[in-house]
Amino acid sequence: MPACAGAPRSRRGVESGVLNPDYALGLAGGAAIGLSATLLFWTHGRIAGVSGIAGSLFNAGGDRGWRLYFVAGLVAAGLAYRLLIGPVFESSMPRSTLALVGAGLLVGAGTRWGHGCTSGHGVCGLSRRSGRSLVATATFVATGILTVWAIRSIFGGVL
Amino acid sequence: MSGLSSFLAGGLFGVGLIVSGMTRPEKIVGFLDVFGAWDPTLAFVMAGAVLAHMTTAPLASRRPAPVYAAAFERPHTGAPDRALVGGSAMFGVGWGISGLCPGPAFVALASFELRPIVFAAAMLAGMGIYRITRRDDTGIAADDTCG
Repeated sequence: MPACAGAPRSRRGVESGVLNPDYALGLAGGAAIGLSATLLFWTHGRIAGVSGIAGSLFNAGGDRGWRLYFVAGLVAAGLAYRLLIGPVFESSMPRSTLALVGAGLLVGAGTRWGHGCTSGHGVCGLSRRSGRSLVATATFVATGILTVWAIRSIFGGVL
Repeated sequence: MSGLSSFLAGGLFGVGLIVSGMTRPEKIVGFLDVFGAWDPTLAFVMAGAVLAHMTTAPLASRRPAPVYAAAFERPHTGAPDRALVGGSAMFGVGWGISGLCPGPAFVALASFELRPIVFAAAMLAGMGIYRITRRDDTGIAADDTCG
């Protein structure tokens, strides 16, 4: 992979800045995520952290319903998009099933142990200027960067 | 109506993830690839999400209580501890390997492709392992208020 720092992978040109379609769609999609978090807070008083919502999905107890509905909404969004517009998941990254299982275990246990993921800490936590969430977000971004670097430079991009 | 509002919140969340490209692992790995072909899209997604939530959440908390619940959730407070940093570090490694985090993993199930199904199953197993270990520690399941 050629090292061309600063150039977006989409090859649509970095010179267009925020007008780059990927960046504009990122802002718009991000706004939808932020509004969704407010909707859940307004109606249920809960923080839209997907790992926290999913972590107690299989709890017995009266607190399970809204979690199931939220996760069903996530999947339904994927199904609707797939039916009406196009694929929701595309990846040609060379990753073995074993690597995906390991990654899934790390993400599942890590987000529960760390009390949050990209949404709970990244979006909701940073929105209320939580110091804990800032530390968590900086940590998972840092280890993510190191991991991607290690996979590329030590394992040749294949895992 | 309570269930519907939660379903709609999940749906809006999912649409946001798809539109912004966050269900494509290459976009995530591209963001984390700061020493290579860096793709800043995820930073725009975070900026859009934080800005939208920051400006609208205070309007919601003007109410004495949420529409369908007794009280607003109080997130964890206090100094960052070892669990927060250790868990987040683990999460980052899995995120870097797969390009998937919990939200996109659920949305990507709709593709019926093997990768997201394997990943999501392992992720739920990882969450289950955490619950078991915590139960041994304290006799009760860990609370899960924050994210």
